[in-house]
Formats: sequence, structure tokens, C-alpha cells
Amino acid sequence: MTYDCIIIGAGVSGSATARELSKYDLNVCVLEKGEDVCSGTSKANSAIVHAGFDAAEGSLMAKLNVEGNEMMDELCADLDIPFDRNGSLVVCIHEEEKGGLQELYDRGIANGVKELRLLNKEELHEMEPNLADEACAALYAPTGGIICPFMLNIAMAENAAVNGVDFFFNTEAETLHRDEDGIWHIRTNNGEYKTRYVVNAAGIYSDVFHNMVADKKIHITPRRGDYCLLDKEMGSFVKHTIFPQPTKLGKGVLVSPTIHGNLIVGPTAIDIEDKEATATTAAGINDLIAKAGMHVNNLPVARKVITSFAGLRAHEDAHEFVIGEVKEAPGFIDCAGIESPGLTSSPAIGRMVAGIVCDLAKPEKKADWNGKRKGILNPSGMSVEERNELIKKDPAYGQIICRCESISEGEILDAIRRPLGARSLDGVKRRTRAGMGRCQAGFCSPRVMEIINRELGIPTEKITKSGGKSVIAPERTKAGKGGEA
Amino acid sequence: MTTKELTCIGCPMGCQITVQMEKGEVVSLEGYTCQKGEIYARKEVTNPTRIVTSTVLIEGGDKERLPVKTKNDIPKDKIFDVMKDIDAVVAKAPKKIGDVIIENVAGTGVEVIATRNIDRE
Amino acid sequence: MKSYDIVIVGGGPAGLAAAVAAREAGTQSILILERDHELGGILNQCIHNGFGLHTFNEELTGPEYAYRFMEKVFAENIEYKLNTMVMDISADRVVTAMNKTDGMFEIQAGAVILAMGCRERPRGALNIPGYRPAGIFSAGTAQRLVNIEGYMPGREVVILGSGDIGLIMARRMTLEGAKVKVVAELLPFSGGLKRNIVQCLDDFGIPLKLSHTVVDIEGKERVSAVTIAEVGPDMKPIPGTEERYTCDTLLLSCGLIPENELSKSAGVELNPVTSGPVVNESLETSIPGVFACGNVLHVHDLVDFVSEEAKKAGENASKFVKEGAAASDKEPIKFVATEGARYTVPSTLDIDRMDDLLTVRFRVGAVFQDSYVSVYFDDERIMHNKKRIMAPGEMEQVILQKKKLAEYPNLKTITIKIEKE
Repeated sequence: MTYDCIIIGAGVSGSATARELSKYDLNVCVLEKGEDVCSGTSKANSAIVHAGFDAAEGSLMAKLNVEGNEMMDELCADLDIPFDRNGSLVVCIHEEEKGGLQELYDRGIANGVKELRLLNKEELHEMEPNLADEACAALYAPTGGIICPFMLNIAMAENAAVNGVDFFFNTEAETLHRDEDGIWHIRTNNGEYKTRYVVNAAGIYSDVFHNMVADKKIHITPRRGDYCLLDKEMGSFVKHTIFPQPTKLGKGVLVSPTIHGNLIVGPTAIDIEDKEATATTAAGINDLIAKAGMHVNNLPVARKVITSFAGLRAHEDAHEFVIGEVKEAPGFIDCAGIESPGLTSSPAIGRMVAGIVCDLAKPEKKADWNGKRKGILNPSGMSVEERNELIKKDPAYGQIICRCESISEGEILDAIRRPLGARSLDGVKRRTRAGMGRCQAGFCSPRVMEIINRELGIPTEKITKSGGKSVIAPERTKAGKGGEA
Repeated sequence: MTTKELTCIGCPMGCQITVQMEKGEVVSLEGYTCQKGEIYARKEVTNPTRIVTSTVLIEGGDKERLPVKTKNDIPKDKIFDVMKDIDAVVAKAPKKIGDVIIENVAGTGVEVIATRNIDRE
Repeated sequence: MKSYDIVIVGGGPAGLAAAVAAREAGTQSILILERDHELGGILNQCIHNGFGLHTFNEELTGPEYAYRFMEKVFAENIEYKLNTMVMDISADRVVTAMNKTDGMFEIQAGAVILAMGCRERPRGALNIPGYRPAGIFSAGTAQRLVNIEGYMPGREVVILGSGDIGLIMARRMTLEGAKVKVVAELLPFSGGLKRNIVQCLDDFGIPLKLSHTVVDIEGKERVSAVTIAEVGPDMKPIPGTEERYTCDTLLLSCGLIPENELSKSAGVELNPVTSGPVVNESLETSIPGVFACGNVLHVHDLVDFVSEEAKKAGENASKFVKEGAAASDKEPIKFVATEGARYTVPSTLDIDRMDDLLTVRFRVGAVFQDSYVSVYFDDERIMHNKKRIMAPGEMEQVILQKKKLAEYPNLKTITIKIEKE
């Protein structure tokens, strides 16, 4: 069969595009080389919904950032995921650099960011008592927010799937070409896929696909960012997202609460060439610990870290989103160079890319499109009576599996059984937070493996952390001995 | 004459004890600082023994593996022979603490016994 | 709301011993709440021997030791609920718990005994750089997989941390056919017992590298190699000392943390050194009627001491239920741990409430040879016990006599310190 549109990549951009296209009478599929959605850049970032004062005035980045930010409330309500406009503060710690805040303010106004305000020292310290004494002024953006990138990505993809989009996992696009009839052939490790239109949402690899078909080459530098996630005990250390003043390399090391109540510190910004090099380094983590301490007082980063990780931003040399049809490759639509504020912009990116596809394909709107999704229940927000009602209906909600985050078997079963359900420990973790707490899955991983085995019939020896060769416990003890084959 | 170096396990001191041996007999002992050390060293160089603990396969039980131990200590150089027998045996549920799983493990004359109760599935 | 005289949170060695002691002290209405599907706690997976030498005068394995107490719980018909998670404990001792059959329920407890145990420090908390592939386990998780579930986490193993669980797992993995390549320890000494170093490492020719840590983890999907390096006195890796080991598994045995999230939400005051509750001579926390024992109070190295401590907690809880809070207008005596001693359990002492003898447990912060444990009543040294060796891995104790304390009616502070002479 020939698809109307194939999207390469099930990160936030690809999934947002898929959901937008699912509104139309089109055959759409998404090819994802990972075993799950949200397996690349989308999974490891600051989890911030940026206000939009950073990007250059008049840039596509600025436009989509502000649009994406504005779309977020309704989208999160429709997709039943948490979102909090906790507000961002860009904090100045050197009197002589205060002018930079005014510049940011002016740019923000030009970009269309609402409610921006400059704060003096007193106002600032009243809002955030744990800021460093040197903090002397700040730009306050009440529209800045925090979100769970996994949940946003997963929810958009899930909703797209429910509305008819096919997702193929463990399916890596390798090469593509356009035949005489204008049909695109995408060769993958799982055979060939045909389509009229291709969306290149391949994240860190989007330059590779672009350069296969375009005359004007682009170059994406993986810009590594290390992060530390701190124990929930530190979750209210600051209420707002605290940014330093930006530099050439980016927005700097932020300190922010997360939507789930932890505290995040990061990222570093280290340009590398290896598109797979998501290893943290000691230098990176030490750098974070030093830099986080510049804007806040006595943050015990090293003692309260529960995990550290690194993500790669898809930094295009021109530092601009590359979105549009490639002229010399009709039907090939780029969605490339999506780095920060890519997460924030994703709803607007999806809308824009889908718009381009629709301008070409001119499809009808579906009458029965349903943009609403019911998320995985969060029983911790329920009253005792509601919870008992739930447990009576489904006893699995009465069995806690992940102690640290208080996640029940019911939630894990839901994560596995729903469309595009979890198939690995990370898949369960990203959907439910089981294993994301302070013990980092030490206690619950054997229990979650049991559930995956039972539900999906995957032999325990084959259960993975995140697909591929990431098997957890590859053999049985006494294998090939005793009575066992 | 052979020389053996060992670490005493009697206490956190972990004295390094040097033992001179001739034809299987202890000729001299040096480095121990208490009587516990001397006793340990003499035994360890002439007849070192260990308790081996492991698990065995169990059929028809409500658990995947049955933990077991050698009822008494076995010669240290027999550890892997003991493991070979332990790996080969299959117990049948139910089992109770103390039930004999292997009667004479690796020819040592020592029993391997269950160390927990496992009920039928 | 249902009510019980004593609710015990946790059915591991501490909870079991506390329950048995409370029953023996005459309390009938006791409930143990256990989150796992069986009683016994972590002992179920500790299938090695060496437990119980103090308590039973014989060497038992973990499951055998646990069963000795479970038998008593069964014989005494002490109530317990399995697969039951305690969700909250309030300051007025209302325990909220949940399971599949009862749903979410509240219990008014006359007294609460905290016996939740501890958890392992995860990789994240150790700030080990590198990739985050499958194949990195805390030693206890690997122990559960191997001993209870019957799965092998891997075949070629590097272990970071030479605590007893790490050492035990080095032997356990070796016996199951894995190759343990090295055990690296950040500190210049091992926190594990000498016996375990000899019988778990030396017996199998596994090298122990002191003052070493992991500086890189390779492998995008599954661990493929681990690099360790020597650390200097500042605990920072020394460039040029790196050694790379190909392996598929990294086990972490880098310390245990008491699980006090429930205690915290109840408002129990914690000791920052132990991460466990601050308790008085009755093992009672800052909330009257809430007691603590075992690894949730402070991490133990011998289960025998857990049982002993839990017995006291059970007896004291029983006494509290019968007699109510002891009204004392006296300011309690404070314990101070200093100069080598890191902390004491208990933290305070009310002489009117103590038994004839009080065991004060503590740990030292470094290895001390030929030194003295000194106890000062205010400025007067009243105990001066010579010890050939003391190490951070082994808990120390001193025993105070009520008779002696009675001679110091105005005593404010009891100081424990380590002295060279």
C-alpha cells in the first residue's frame, strides 16, 4: 500500500504532526527506530514550556514558540496531562549586566510574549527566597511553564493512533528516493514503505534525510546537555523556573521544579559529533553543580540527586527551525533542526507541518475525529471514597508496585493495555512514573517485569529496559541444568 | 617448604598471617595478634572448609527457586563440585526447612538441605 | 475506623521481633502491615549463612532466621496483612493503608512501630558518569533476581562498593557461573566483614581495588564495559589510573538509606547523620507513641542487633499502650557523639523511663586501632574501654547502668568519643 504521508520519527514533532494529520482523511504512518515513542531528543530535555523571549525577533523559532506556548493549556486539557504555568525568571547576578534583561524584555515584547515584567531585587527575593544574594534583578515571564515531555509526546501519539495513524516501532528509515510517479520509497530495516509525502522529523538525524534529497545541505550538531534530577524533598526549593542570563550557547543552566514535584538542574551545552553519545561525563555533572550554585543559595545538588542523564539537542548551524517542503524534492517536507524551544513549539510545529502536507494533498476533514484522550488515572489525587470505589471495580488499583512514586498495578496495566502501550521498563516508567522515584526502580523492576511478562507474554529473559539489546536479566539460573531444557 | 599468606577473618583487624608449611604440617605462624587468629590460620591452611549456599530448581511450588545450604561445612576445594550437584538437582514441592535435597553432595558425605518452606502452587 | 493497640509498619526482621516482644509483654491487639507478598523482608533473599550467631548461637541463612520469628508470629496468632502498603501515618497515629481486598483503610493505633527498613543508594545518587543502559543493578535488586526469581542479571560483572551485599553477590554470581572481574571501593577500606572479603572474594580470586571508583559506563543498550580509576585523598579520580573492564553487568553496593518517607510525613524528627528518626531511650520518636527499630532507625550490619533493638521497641510500645505517655517534667539527658563517634541511638535519655541497663549503639567515622571508647557524664569520664579495632562498617555499643546514672542527678549530657589514650 502507498501511504498518503509517512512521518519519520515519533518524537514530539513527529507525534504532533501525526495528531494534526489524523484530523484529515489521510492514510498516515509514523516510522520510529526506537521501540517506543519519545526515544530521542524528546525524552531528555528541561521539560520547560518557554515563554518565547529568547528566540530572535522575526524568526520561525520565535513565532512557533509563542504559538506553541499559547496552545498548551487547551492541548493538555484535551490530552489529560498535567501542565503548570509556574512562571520563569531570568535572573541577573551582576549589576553591570542588568541591561541584558531589558534587551530580553524588548525581544519578548516584539515576539508577542504576554505579561512580561522586569523585577527589582526586593520583588525578586520576595518571590524566590532561595535565590542567591547576588541576584539583583530579573525578567519575569508568568506564561513560562513546566510539563512532562514523555506524557506530552505519548499523549499526542496515542491520540493520533486512536484516530487512525499507524505507528511502526523498531523500524529505522535508512534511505529514501522518489520514483518517476512521484511516490517516495523509504527503505527500512523492516522492508520498504511507500508514500506520497514524507515528513522528516528525525530529530538529531534530520540532516541526514534532508541531505539525501536536498541541494542545499544542512548540518545538525548534537549539542549534549547533562541534567541532574533531584529528590522530591527538594521539589519546592524554587517555585519558578530560574534561568541565568542567556549566552551564545543557549539559555544556560536552569533550576526548576518539575511537573511531578522533583527539582531539575541543567543543562550543560557541549557540542559533539556522535549522534548517539548520550553519556553523561563527570566534567559535565561537576559543571552543573557549580553553575546551579551561582543563582540559588545552598542547593545540595550532589547529595540530593536521584538520577542524572544527558540529552542531545538537534542544533542546526543557523540556529533556526528548518520547516518546509524541499523544492527540488516535491513531497519531502522537513521538520528539522528542532532544538529548544522545540518541546514548547511542538503543537505549533505539528500544526504548521500538517498544514504544508494538507496544502499539497488537499484532504477532507474527518467527521469523527476525536481530539480528546483520557490519561492514565492518577489515584493519588482521589479522595479515599473515590479510591475505594476504584479498587472495588478493579482491585489492581489497590496494589502498590512502585513504592517511591506510589504507583499501583492498575496504572501499570493501563499503561501496557492502552493504544501504543508500554512494552519495556522504560515504557512503563515514562507512562506511569513507576521506577522514576528515589530508589530508581531498585524495588519495583522485578515486579514490573512480572506484570509485563504476564500481560504481554514476553518471556522474562527477553524483557528490555528500552527495546533492542537492553535486556534486563538475559538468562535463568540453573539454565540447561536440572530438569529444564 | 611452602609459604601461605592469609587474612584473618576473626575481626576487622584482618591480620595478615604468614604460614610456613612443610609436608602438610605447619612449621611456623607469623602475624596473628590473638589466639583466634592462630586457630583460624591453622585450620585454614590444613583443612579449609566452607558452608555453600545456593538455590535449586523446584517443581510444582509457589516459588521459582528453593534456597539450600550444605548442612555442614565442606572442603573448600570442593565448592564447585558441590555446585555442580546443586545445579543438577530438581526438588519437588512442598519442601520444609531442613528437608534433605541431596544426601551426599559431591561425595563429601554432607547433606544439602532446604532453608525455606515452599508450598505447592 | 478500626483500632489496634499496636500497628507495626513492616514485616521484616524488625517488625516481626517487635510484634513478638509486644505480645510477650501482654499486648493482644497487634497488626503487622507488610507491603510484600510474604513476611520476612529482605532476609528472604539473603540465602547465605551467618545470621543468628548472637541470637540463636548457630549460623543460619536469612530465610531460616526470618522463619524463627515468623513461627512465633504464627503461634501467637498475631494478625498481619500482606501486599499492604501504608500510605500515611498521622501525628495522632492514624495509619492509612491500602491493598487489593480492603481498599484504602484507616486504623487508629494506640502505638505505632516504624519498621520499614532501608533501601539501596541508586546509581543516580552516586553521580557515576556514562551511558544509562540495562545491566546496572543495585546489588540487592540483583540478589532478588538471582535468589528469588531465578534470573541471572549477566555473565561478566564489575561491582562498585565493597559493602557486605556487594561481597556476598560477588560470590553468589560466581557460584552461578558468572565471572566477577573486580570489586572497586571508593574508600581506602572496605565496609564489609573480613570474613566476607576472604570467603567471597579471595576464595575465588576476585580482586578488591580500594580507593577506586567507576568513571565511565559504556554501552548504549546493555553495559559493554566499565572503566574504574584510582581516587586521591579528595575522592576525585586520578587521571592516568583508568582501567577498562569489558563486562555486561555493573552491580552497585554503595550504601543503604533508611526509608523514612512515612516518618517524615508524620512529622517525625530525623537525625541527619543516620537519616533515621531521633529517638529516646524507649526508641520512641519525637511523636509520642511512635517507635522505631531496625534499619529504618539506623542501618545495622547484624540482624541479631536488629532483633534485639526491635524487641525493646515492642516492649516499650506495649508499655506505652498500657501506661500512656510518661509524664516527665525533667529535661532529658542528651547524647553527644563526637571525635570519631558519628551518632548515637538513642539521642536522649530519661532516667525515670529506662530499664536497669541501656544499650547505646553508635558508629565510628574511620578505622581506629588500639583506641578507647570513652563515655563522659558531662565533663567526667566514666567509661574508657580499650578496643583493638573499630571500623565504620561495624556497629559499636556501650551499656549504661541505671544505678550509675542515678549517682548524677543533675546530668545534662552524655558524650561518646574515641580517644587515643
